Amino acid sequence: MNHLKKYLGILWIFIAIAAVILLAQAAITNIKPNGNLDINKPLPWIIIITIFTPIAIGLALFGFYALKDEYKLHKP
Amino acid sequence: MSSEKGIWKVIGASSLGTLIEWYDFYIFGSLATIISEKFFPSGNPTTAFLATLATFAAGFIVRPFGALFFGRLGDIIGRKHTFLLTLVIMGGSTFLIGLIPSYETFHFAPFLILILRLLQGLALGGEYGGAATYVAEHAPAHKRGFYTSWIQTTATLGLLVSLVVIITIQKTLSKEAFNDWGWRLPFLLSIVLVFVSIVIRMKMSESPLFEKLKSEGKTSVNPLKESFGHKTNLKMVLLALFGATMGQGVVWYTGQFYAQTFLLKTCGLEPTQTNTWIGIALILATPFFVFFGWLSDKIGRKAIMLTGMLLAVVCYRPIFTGLYNMSDVTKKQEITSKIEVSKKLNPETVADSIITKTLTANYTDGSQLSQIDRYSQETLRPDNLKLLESKKSLLLPDSYQWKIIALVFVLVFFVTMVYGPIAAFLVELFPTKIRYTSMSLPYHIGNGVFGGLVPFIATLITVTPGSNYLSGLWYPIGVAAVCFVIGLFYLTNKTDEDVTDDKNEYINE
Repeated sequence: MNHLKKYLGILWIFIAIAAVILLAQAAITNIKPNGNLDINKPLPWIIIITIFTPIAIGLALFGFYALKDEYKLHKP
Repeated sequence: MSSEKGIWKVIGASSLGTLIEWYDFYIFGSLATIISEKFFPSGNPTTAFLATLATFAAGFIVRPFGALFFGRLGDIIGRKHTFLLTLVIMGGSTFLIGLIPSYETFHFAPFLILILRLLQGLALGGEYGGAATYVAEHAPAHKRGFYTSWIQTTATLGLLVSLVVIITIQKTLSKEAFNDWGWRLPFLLSIVLVFVSIVIRMKMSESPLFEKLKSEGKTSVNPLKESFGHKTNLKMVLLALFGATMGQGVVWYTGQFYAQTFLLKTCGLEPTQTNTWIGIALILATPFFVFFGWLSDKIGRKAIMLTGMLLAVVCYRPIFTGLYNMSDVTKKQEITSKIEVSKKLNPETVADSIITKTLTANYTDGSQLSQIDRYSQETLRPDNLKLLESKKSLLLPDSYQWKIIALVFVLVFFVTMVYGPIAAFLVELFPTKIRYTSMSLPYHIGNGVFGGLVPFIATLITVTPGSNYLSGLWYPIGVAAVCFVIGLFYLTNKTDEDVTDDKNEYINE
């Protein structure tokens, strides 16, 4: 179990990086000057990416701690 | 710890104030359309910018910031005075929103509304952690889940109270009077509710665990640094966020809000009928917050929360398909239908005409459809029709009532599973001296950011090619699934009997 918890850390780091890249790509694709939806406006994207990036860093850090066996004391 | 009678006073005082804060936060959302008309008129880029800022910044930025700001304060000066302050800020802001003249007569109004909305978000960020901590620190160990679950009912009850107050005022006044001044009453009423709650809270004493820390001179000097600067505690904050509150937030938002938007916008159901049925489902499901809080004292918090998340992941698509199918008129047999078309000159661009197509139809199962589509038509190119808006309103017969209530009930039931035990779970994860700060941030990121992103990401997914009416659900399903796996492998199902610092197994590694 501890081995699985440790190596799942790689997956959490990957998800964190992928989430930020996907959000940035989605922002570039959907921001449109004449769009009426919230996803077409730059402001929501600026707010969301600004607030989500540190959260994604947190997920990567969680993955890093898992990879370093820092969570092995917590038994499921 | 407190006597049985004393703990109910603590729960009553804490829950009432938290309920009022949720009420205050929700009435702004429920009256968003009229607020937009009064303060953020369309066609004005500045007010449009401020309206977007008010929508997104209040939930995504200010709530987590409020969690940090008031959490720190609560760990330094105490829980009681801090969550009294959040109540005053929330009540004051809400009351002032009801007093501000509209943009028509006061052009500075949108800025003030934005500031007051941000203050509401700030206060909400500080309230929950204080109330949950306060109750938990009074509660005996074997009943912590049960007692804190009463705080968990307040978010749903706050939504209910806001809907009841708004609907009552709408039914009492004429439509013109409500649109003119009646919409201000729910905001003004807040000051009375807040005053009562403040008087009650003033009479309460400080949390016994915090008092003990204070008398021993062991309170935290820098809660932010101790919460997020020390690896031991930071690890727990990350675990709380990614293994519990992230999934809880999306399940909570999907069950309480996305379901309503789905029924009204995607299914096009008649609003009064739909809101009434949702209200019944909420009332029926609310006792389960307390049930699952109580059960978590017996079998552990993790087991219940993760079961709720897993059920949500597995059942969302079948449930929403069921809701959609009941409103799908292509699957119903039509008895009569009538189409009326009217055409008039567009007053804004005289070169165009506005064509209004009204469809009314009756079906064998008793459903009644009314659909109004408005098109613009260029005078010089009459074949160039552009759909401006489409309003569908489907009134379902009573035979559907309990089917829809049952499906919405199941969605809210999942909410009660993930949300009922979470206050006790968070409280037990952190030591007393930094508990308010440490538990508030993951809670508000989970609910405000991950939960609050549900409608935005759902819209994003539904505009991608190949998507359908269910595609928006992939976001809550995906987040809940990741959270379930993290929770399953990394969380413990053990409940921490003693939440004083000395015996916290997470801290004394």
